[in-house]
Amino acid sequence: MLDQAQHALLQPAGIELNQLDQVLGRLVNGRVDLGDLYFQKRQSESWALEDGIVKNGSFSVDQGVGVRAIVETGTGFAYADAISLPALMEAAGSARSIARGGQSGSHSLIKPGSSKALYQPDNPIESADAAVKVDLLRTMDAYARSLDPRITQVNAALSCQHESILIAASDGTLAGDVRPLIRLDISVIAEQGDRRESGRAGGGGRYALTELMQPERWQEFADEAVRQALLNLESIAAPAGSMTVVLGPGWPGVLLHEAIGHGLEGDFHRKGVSAFNGRMGEKVATEHCTVVDDGTLPDRRGSLSIDDEGTPSGYNVLIENGILSGLMQDKLNARAMGVKPTGNGRRESFAHLPMPRMTNTYMLPGEHAPDEIIASVDDGVYAVNFNGGQVDITSGKFVFAASEAYQIKNGKLGAPLKGATLIGNGPDVLTRVSMVGNDLELDSGVGVCGKEGQSVPVGVGQPTLRIDGITVGGTA
Amino acid sequence: MKNLQQALSESGMQGLLSDPEREAQLLSGIAERLLDQAKAGGADAAEVSVSSSLGRHVAVRLGEIDVLEDARDRGISLTVYKKRASGSVSTADLSPDALDQAVTQALAIAKFTQADPAGGLADAELMADKQTSAESDPFDLWHPQQFEMGELIERAQAMEQAGLEARFENNNQKIENSEGASVSANASLGVYANTHGFIGHARRTNYSQHCILVASDASGMQRDWDWDDQCRWSQLIDPAETGCCAAHKTVRRLGAKRASTGQVPILFTPDTALGLVRHLVGAVSGGNLYRRSSFLLDQAGQQIFPDWVQIEEQPHRNGGQRSSRFDNEGVATAAQPLIENGVLARYVLGSYSARKLGLKTTANAGGVRNLLFKPGSDDFKTLVKKMQRGLIVTEVMGQGVNLVTGDYSRGASGFWVENGEIAYPVEEITIAGNLANMFQNLTAAGSDVETRRNIQVPSLLVDGMTVAGE
Repeated sequence: MLDQAQHALLQPAGIELNQLDQVLGRLVNGRVDLGDLYFQKRQSESWALEDGIVKNGSFSVDQGVGVRAIVETGTGFAYADAISLPALMEAAGSARSIARGGQSGSHSLIKPGSSKALYQPDNPIESADAAVKVDLLRTMDAYARSLDPRITQVNAALSCQHESILIAASDGTLAGDVRPLIRLDISVIAEQGDRRESGRAGGGGRYALTELMQPERWQEFADEAVRQALLNLESIAAPAGSMTVVLGPGWPGVLLHEAIGHGLEGDFHRKGVSAFNGRMGEKVATEHCTVVDDGTLPDRRGSLSIDDEGTPSGYNVLIENGILSGLMQDKLNARAMGVKPTGNGRRESFAHLPMPRMTNTYMLPGEHAPDEIIASVDDGVYAVNFNGGQVDITSGKFVFAASEAYQIKNGKLGAPLKGATLIGNGPDVLTRVSMVGNDLELDSGVGVCGKEGQSVPVGVGQPTLRIDGITVGGTA
Repeated sequence: MKNLQQALSESGMQGLLSDPEREAQLLSGIAERLLDQAKAGGADAAEVSVSSSLGRHVAVRLGEIDVLEDARDRGISLTVYKKRASGSVSTADLSPDALDQAVTQALAIAKFTQADPAGGLADAELMADKQTSAESDPFDLWHPQQFEMGELIERAQAMEQAGLEARFENNNQKIENSEGASVSANASLGVYANTHGFIGHARRTNYSQHCILVASDASGMQRDWDWDDQCRWSQLIDPAETGCCAAHKTVRRLGAKRASTGQVPILFTPDTALGLVRHLVGAVSGGNLYRRSSFLLDQAGQQIFPDWVQIEEQPHRNGGQRSSRFDNEGVATAAQPLIENGVLARYVLGSYSARKLGLKTTANAGGVRNLLFKPGSDDFKTLVKKMQRGLIVTEVMGQGVNLVTGDYSRGASGFWVENGEIAYPVEEITIAGNLANMFQNLTAAGSDVETRRNIQVPSLLVDGMTVAGE
């Protein structure tokens, strides 16, 4: 991967690897604890269908280099949107403005590290003709409309991204990665009488476009979007108040991302502002719960062969059998806390600073059959699909918005419910998990995580879970 | 523009501030070059936006420097039309080769997209008057200033210090920690041009400060924040005031409880009431209307609020954050009501969605400019008294708003009100209703319009929503 990244990023600018050592030498000289250079080139292409025609096509190229100089926990940062030696030098001079009181200032010559490639470097933009991609969207549109006459609107979009990155750092890191990312989405409107409802589905990952173009894959998305919209036509008001909730497998794992994941990012612990601060080694969940952040799954949307600081991604256990056991770290926060980076240093682009971020966050499976879990509830809600969520890491309060849910009465599923927000307290919610299913699923590959204005692709997953008491924000 | 490469390499980091005329010439030169090449390459029409910005940002935490950042961005975004099919390209690489490539790629994409009868530029007769770069600041938004990092650092430190040292009526309460204070200074230039011959310049400066603090007691930890945002550095409020205000907002959240489930009146503060107006704008925006993805389909001319509600768009407001003579398609903007005596006066349309709906553009390509929700006469305290018993919502969380149906269900925190007075802070609750009913059930607006945003809204009192808690 390093060779390919070098070819894409350094060769066109005529920059040699030994020149990176010179730049790093000047960047850290005497006063800086860690300096790094992050080269990036990202091509994105998307096609969008609406009203039966593919009316938008767009292509974009972003490239540049970000230069960072760290002194203790302070960071000097500058970037250039052209990759050239003079631009790199100017950015390095600017980033060095932080260098007032750093100590070490030493610099190890860069040398390639090793990491396992988790995805193929092929460019999905070039892997199929534009005509083939446009046809896929049209075929999908016709298919979705054919499923039910009540479907009145179909929007579909295909996006492909191809990104090369190269990282050189004064701690000797030299690493490169080539990351493909594809995604196919469909949303529909169904109308019946005076009711109008929507449904959406989609998926993708770091794999070849040919896989997403298989009819069974895209038909599944269309079937799902149509099913949801039609179901919502029948939905009744959701209840309001605290109650037992069963969460379905897969995407409802957004619970773990919001309630647990963000609160276990290292920066919030270094600063002492997470509701989980000082709770390491304590019981924060029932013994049925083991939660991991795993960047090492092949081909997944949230996976990374290396993170954006050149550290290989990891399988990091956050909660083991109910005990809080791990945090996610980047280099700055790991150094400050005297621990090792965990491969979670991520950034949206060269123009943004890295932070500890999640990759694929999921709960390991338990023993119960999903039917058994639903049958155990006398009166509650079964929620199987969500729009996304948000957390206040300091108070620990988190929300996630159900978009498909059902009543449970006497162990049986009842009427579909209108969308409603669920709210809970992160350090508390997993202490109410009384049953964990044997049906672990990962999401289909649509997750986007936002933190301090930066977006990165992520994955989530979980088995079916029973939570004894969470607040459901309906109106009934 | 043979000299583009040279001009680019000569314009260093600070060029935008020291010689904005020259930077503006560079941008308009790039815009014209792209349009000429698009036409030469066979496009029937084309439009382009070129932008350039320069920023400096500092963040401190517990007195120490957290981040010093210099940002310099340029970019172009080009759309070409050929036989009513379109192709778009954007790039941050402004080298002559990359620009040539952008045109070629946009034309290549337009071969594969399909003819769209509603597509193309806005109609030529709707274009705003052409502007030279010298006339690009009609609304007094450009107040450039150069800063040493040290000056910004000192301001951020003073802000945080004031917050950390704030004292409260209850002597046991204090700020214990900080997520940091930050100060940013930005300057940006933009050019929009199309093959009708329209070219428009815009420029603005923007200075902001933020402070986020943390307090804790036996009940747990809380954080809150305060901010300011102005186009003139000298208009930014005293950083100590921002720090103190963040401290008070943080400490007053300590000891939050849950509320009980039921229906009560809800008083949205200007911060959270803003969200309600944004949902209104979303629901009457052309894209959601022609996709039939709005709960306000066919509601133009209908009473959707009580008759005292007035919301006006003011694109020519002096110092207004989004003030502009032209919209993102070059169409001339003008002040116009959105809600008049509670009636939806019009939709929010660009020319594409206008054509889809068989209507005329409202010069809202790129969204609404500045909106003003006309304030009422009661201050916030009086509104709380009038409410007697209910919930003040200071923060909402999550994505639980469905514009197709109007169903609204969001996480919330704020204060419980008993006997017309704030009783205690609340958190971990949801508020739910349907936006159509919520709009009809507005019972009062405060006099306390938040003036620092482009959409300016007072506190709003809403009846008939459901709170879910214990």
